[in-house]
Amino acid sequence: MHTKSLSELSHGLQTGEFSSVELTQAFIKRINQHQDLNAYITVTEELALQNAKAADARIANKKADALTGIPVAQKDIFCTLDVKTTCGSRMLDNFSAPYNATVIEKFNQAGAVMLGKLNMDEFAMGSSNETSYYGAVKNPWNTNKVPGGSSGGSGVAVAARLAAYATGTDTGGSIRQPAALCGITGLKPTYGRVSRYGMIAYASSLDQGGPMTHSAEDAAIVLQTMAGFDPKDSTSVDLPVPDYSVNLNQPLKGLKIGLPKEFFSADLNAAMATKLSEAIDEYRKLGAEIKEVSMPNLKLAIPAYYVIAPAECSANLSRFDGVRFGHRCENPVDLTDLYTRSRGEGFGKEVKRRILMGTYALSTGYYDAYYVKAQKIRRLISDDFKRALTEVDVIMGPVTPTPAFGIGEKMSDPVEMYLSDIYTIAINLAGLPALSIPAGFINDMPIGLQVIGNYFTEAHLLNIAHQYQQVTDWHKQTPKGFE
Amino acid sequence: MEWETVIGLEIHTQLATQSKIFSGASTAYGAEPNTQACAVDLGLPGVLPVLNEDAVRKAVIFGMAIEAHIAPYSIFARKNYFYPDLPKGYQISQMDHPIVGNGHLDIEVDGVTKRIGITRAHLEEDAGKSLHENFHGLTGIDLNRAGTPLLEIVSEPEMSSAKEAVAYMRKLHELVRYLGICDGNMQEGSFRCDANVSVRPKGQKEFGTRAEIKNINSFKFVEKAINHEIERQIELIENGGKVVQETRLYDSAKDETRSMRSKEEANDYRYFPDPDLLPVIIDEEFKAHIKANLPELPHAKKLRFKADYQLDDESATILTTSRALSDYFEAVHKASGCEPKLCANWITGDLSAALNKADLEITESPISHERLAGLLARITDNTISGKIAKQVFEALWQSSASADEIIAEKGLKQITDTGAIEAIIDKIIADNPDQVEQYRSGKDKVFAFFVGQVMKEMKGKANPAEVNKILKDKLA
Repeated sequence: MHTKSLSELSHGLQTGEFSSVELTQAFIKRINQHQDLNAYITVTEELALQNAKAADARIANKKADALTGIPVAQKDIFCTLDVKTTCGSRMLDNFSAPYNATVIEKFNQAGAVMLGKLNMDEFAMGSSNETSYYGAVKNPWNTNKVPGGSSGGSGVAVAARLAAYATGTDTGGSIRQPAALCGITGLKPTYGRVSRYGMIAYASSLDQGGPMTHSAEDAAIVLQTMAGFDPKDSTSVDLPVPDYSVNLNQPLKGLKIGLPKEFFSADLNAAMATKLSEAIDEYRKLGAEIKEVSMPNLKLAIPAYYVIAPAECSANLSRFDGVRFGHRCENPVDLTDLYTRSRGEGFGKEVKRRILMGTYALSTGYYDAYYVKAQKIRRLISDDFKRALTEVDVIMGPVTPTPAFGIGEKMSDPVEMYLSDIYTIAINLAGLPALSIPAGFINDMPIGLQVIGNYFTEAHLLNIAHQYQQVTDWHKQTPKGFE
Repeated sequence: MEWETVIGLEIHTQLATQSKIFSGASTAYGAEPNTQACAVDLGLPGVLPVLNEDAVRKAVIFGMAIEAHIAPYSIFARKNYFYPDLPKGYQISQMDHPIVGNGHLDIEVDGVTKRIGITRAHLEEDAGKSLHENFHGLTGIDLNRAGTPLLEIVSEPEMSSAKEAVAYMRKLHELVRYLGICDGNMQEGSFRCDANVSVRPKGQKEFGTRAEIKNINSFKFVEKAINHEIERQIELIENGGKVVQETRLYDSAKDETRSMRSKEEANDYRYFPDPDLLPVIIDEEFKAHIKANLPELPHAKKLRFKADYQLDDESATILTTSRALSDYFEAVHKASGCEPKLCANWITGDLSAALNKADLEITESPISHERLAGLLARITDNTISGKIAKQVFEALWQSSASADEIIAEKGLKQITDTGAIEAIIDKIIADNPDQVEQYRSGKDKVFAFFVGQVMKEMKGKANPAEVNKILKDKLA
């Protein structure tokens, strides 16, 4: 059951081949068997079985939606009513929200069965899932390697089949990078497509939730449930949600693919370059035209991101002050002591680093030199993409510089870690949709191909990914021991 | 040395919206602590602000009333600082692009009109309250007020005395209530003032170093606090000291200001645009709609009252201080058809005095405009005299009867029957030969004695004009 696609699972449930309770039990069994991967922070077994029962009743009443009865795991950044939401931090180890995130609400309405909450880098700050208060997550393709981050638990839960699908969030690559390193499909939608309400903010102008699945076909089904305008999120966009599945089989003949020369420079790892060129050859065979494009400001993406994201996070994380919720230090002697110890104890090193960077960048005397300048760069990068996307339909490139690196390998060198997102960050700055699809293996570790489209062209991206997955089987590979 | 004072005011007006500026929680005052604070107001993880359109509308109404520039594009920024009653660790406010730009307000001090520039007015959310009493050394936090919409109105440093500052504050207070955008309740903190005060030698161009006095919540205290601060600064400089830029707190109990924090200790608020909120775009259509529904402003109304109703400046000024009062006046005038002057006199005179005494607003007047109009109509058609009218007014205040009912019931109808008046006058002349003699020998003052006697005899109901005429004839 656990290897089936979402449409197969839905079919199985509706024809009575298996029940949602059986399916849920099967996944819970797998979760328990593979606890060593550390993918889950919280497993909600009891709740899941309750919801599975309700889903079975709904299916029996012929009122099932595409996701009814299918077990999902949620990144622990989405607030869940009465279920602990930690955001991977000690700060929220004792926190459960009195509300559901809009995304969670939508899954509930669809009758999805939540298995639990997934491990992640603390407050989504990290590229390896090693900054989590709940410990590193192991990559099922090689348990000495990282799964990527910040949605590392999501990448692993899907790759190791500890859930039928998962959600992630992507601020600088946090869906696409772990998807690539775990060999699954991950889509970061256009900024504003998926509600951020109840999704704990890291960098508000960049954060975006999206699906992490086995295939583009599955991603289309999941995005259908996640997407849509939310009056509770002023930055969500009030545009109709198209049918993401209906055009999956459109032929790609005449598709114009742009390859930014800045992505394919001599800096690109040779093995990665070979694998990507094989993937692009597949598209050529499918009738696509390949064209080089240039986006000269891409090289400024990392520095601009590491001003904007920390600046926003420095304010977003101020609410964690030990006063109303979350970690509070023991016996504070005064207000300053309450603040400094609660925050000092509650936050990990990387979170503190980013709060400090952001506070510095916003300070009087530095604001223009850092924050304002970074915003200008952000505009230039967006303009680069806009220009390129008038010449081509989509842009393709690597997701990561290399396959998964070793656990502990980059933790002492933050800049080296930040460079893991060099190919993904610019897309967040521009607010564009992009997905990562499995495109082969280097030294037995999966790598991804990134497909970037124009605003609100998720349906087209999914079509392009699906066509590739019709002629390749990288996305069908399963790590040994997790079949 | 002669000194002059420079004062600028920042006034926080609480906008009278039903719900908060970024959440759906109620803004009603006085609820149990923390019962009107939703997840957004509490700053829980993941929640997001959504701008209340009514707060924007009220800010634009204000901007139009002070003839200010209404920004077609304004943005919200985060003002970062830690305080337990500030749930998110930042206040959503406006910095670089406020919704209301340059405008002005005319004030009058000692009969002289002065135009005070208003630099800007911006929208922001209020913080909660820290409660230091009854918590045994701990501090209680009440977040009911957190997220209440505020319009911070910043004046130019163009006032030169505490008196001017108070006149400005009063004028602004009148205006926001007039516009219906703020209830103006100062005890509940709906209208609060920070004053920036500096002194400089008379004639000097540069400003002196200013001190900011925070959170003054009455007109009386503003005057006292500013005067106290002016004295403090002059004394300090004259004794060889220097004013330091700082924030001071006015202690009304001790009538003094004391230092809260110096410039060096001041927070670096690290303002930056709030990424959770979109820029506010105000288009011509939105503005046109507000303009069409804008009430007539006090100044325009005052000019109209003087021109259309021939009222004197004082009456016109008083009647136009509040919308309710001017509406009442116009309603009385319309219903009674009486001389505007008569209507104005009764409203600003007897009615206002009675309302003041009972501590009531015009909207709470026990005498409706119809009932007052009924009274004034009977004065105008000579049914009753002005003196009797005061009795009827008393009765109107006490009961719910109409003036006509009261006049009929108490038999107050004026006697205009000259025969009846003549008979009484003849009797009084006969009874008072000494006074008649005095009058006839040239003592005009005695005439009043006769009028008084006649009125007494006729219980005030005689028509005074008739009485005068007949008396004059008979005494001649």
